[in-house]
Amino acid sequence: MALVVDGKEFETDEEGYLANINDWVEGVATAMSAEDELELTDEHWDIIRFLREYYEEYQIAPAVRILTKAVAKRMGKEKGNSKYLYSLFPYGPGKQACRYAGLPKPTGCV
Amino acid sequence: MAKANFEVPELKDFIEIPVVTPDTMSHSKPYMAKPEFQIELGFPGELPEDWKDQALDAMGDLLGKYRSLQVYLDSCVKCGACTDKCHYYIGTKDPKNMPVARQDLLRKVYRRYFTFAGKFFGKLGIPEVVGAADFTKDVLDDWYSYFHQCSQCRRCSVFCPYGIDTAEISMAAREIMDRIGIGQKYCNEILGKVYKIGNNLGLPERALADTLEGLEEDIEDETGVKVRLPLDEKGADILLVTPSADFFAEPHVDGLMGYAKVFHEAGASWTLSSKASEAGNFGMFIGSYENMRRASMRIREAALELGVKRIIFGECGHAWRVAYSFLNTLVGPFDFLDPKYPVPQHILEYTWNEMKKGTLNIDKSLNDDMVLTFHDSCNVARASRMGDKPGGQFEIPRNVIKAVCNNFVDMDPSTTREKTFCCGGGGGLLTDDLMEIRVKGALPRMTALHNVIKDNGVTHMAAICAICKSQFTKVLPYYGMGMDQIVSVHQLVSSAMILTGQNTDDDEDE
Repeated sequence: MALVVDGKEFETDEEGYLANINDWVEGVATAMSAEDELELTDEHWDIIRFLREYYEEYQIAPAVRILTKAVAKRMGKEKGNSKYLYSLFPYGPGKQACRYAGLPKPTGCV
Repeated sequence: MAKANFEVPELKDFIEIPVVTPDTMSHSKPYMAKPEFQIELGFPGELPEDWKDQALDAMGDLLGKYRSLQVYLDSCVKCGACTDKCHYYIGTKDPKNMPVARQDLLRKVYRRYFTFAGKFFGKLGIPEVVGAADFTKDVLDDWYSYFHQCSQCRRCSVFCPYGIDTAEISMAAREIMDRIGIGQKYCNEILGKVYKIGNNLGLPERALADTLEGLEEDIEDETGVKVRLPLDEKGADILLVTPSADFFAEPHVDGLMGYAKVFHEAGASWTLSSKASEAGNFGMFIGSYENMRRASMRIREAALELGVKRIIFGECGHAWRVAYSFLNTLVGPFDFLDPKYPVPQHILEYTWNEMKKGTLNIDKSLNDDMVLTFHDSCNVARASRMGDKPGGQFEIPRNVIKAVCNNFVDMDPSTTREKTFCCGGGGGLLTDDLMEIRVKGALPRMTALHNVIKDNGVTHMAAICAICKSQFTKVLPYYGMGMDQIVSVHQLVSSAMILTGQNTDDDEDE
């Protein structure tokens, strides 16, 4: 499977995750969200950027708790919870937001 | 919640036995593992030309190794007792999800090639008169589909007068498929991560250390007490092996903080291990003794390297089954551990013992905002025990919940204890590509839960398995309930515990 952004092809797996995290450009997130009929706001972008930074450092997506803590710090305490994250990413912050950010899918019993 | 692209079953007052509707789930097939992941696990990368011969060789091998498998295949009398007992049949109406029909997918091939009657009538071209069938590609496709619609929960075996265990038949079928290069992506890629990184998540040591540090800070912020979550601490008495979801997901992580608080108050010397940073063992789901052994070996090695005296398992259903039933056979003997303690021990046994000793300061009223019920996890309920008395796996979790909560209500007894319904996501099915079968398979549990919510004011359901917790988080919203209505048992312990020296409401100045 492949995702086409501005005429350029990006390889993805069966579930639509980017095959190579280093290929990622902002257009990937925009194209993926358009397929889900979701419009990316500044809040979405902030989370996508945080995910990429965290991955760069630790080679894994952050745990939900780490993500909610970071959101609380950046966007205010009332937004530091999974409910808020699900309101932004209805398929789940771990899975949908990670996909937009070009991260591999978190696996296991999660 | 995500939109469903399938019909979500309607919740009724009772669990209804559906009218048989063939092939409703014949389209369900999980993604296949890529060749490199198959090879990593010791299997061929893709389907060979002589797959049938190789599959029959594999079946012959398993029949020789496991007499139980042959007994199960020979002894079914088609009495029908199991037909309405599987949550996947109840939720999908597909007759191939009746346990007997699922077994028959393998049994008919067994009968064709391993029994006199099957060979004889097979040669005449009428194998079906003796319940046998040629092993064709269509049959193989059915195997891949329907043996990935079984969570190996063993509920059917409770009702079978012969004790036939469909779980073992499912495991054998998956092992045979793996041996001809047909593997499931979810299970097999995860096993690869365990070998490479140490856990199902692929959580590297540095990220794990950082996560644990963050949790220590959180506990201190909340209570004012320094509670440690030690990693790779040599010379600790206890090695805690827990599912990696406990480091990552909600509500799992709240349970992990609960274990840490219990150890802290008990004054225990304990550690987690970056090598054995996973309790789960998907080798069991794919029926592969070799992979189950390889995944278990990390626990033995970690215990030896760290020099611990005891091994305790965190809240994980199938891990406890592997640990309780097979660990000693797989990677024993554990003669280097302290013989005063069971090998291995469940965290709930530990916590319950501490409660009986009176080490923990509990204020039950701190959980008064909740009315709890308890979901017995299938692998704990039907494939293991806990403590030193029969039925301990049912009593100990309930005892612990009742010791920390004033409000507890059990669900319909035809859905609890040894008759518990699977959450719908066990046995290697907890993957997005199987969401339809997961949601439909959760129907009986959702029905029973919905009834206690309606009739008894239940607000939350507690569980002791990482898969159950993740599965319910995902499927509860499909049935109109909240994803946060599922909690960890040790999360309840944690929220009712008052640590020695803990800040109380009175001295909080915010």
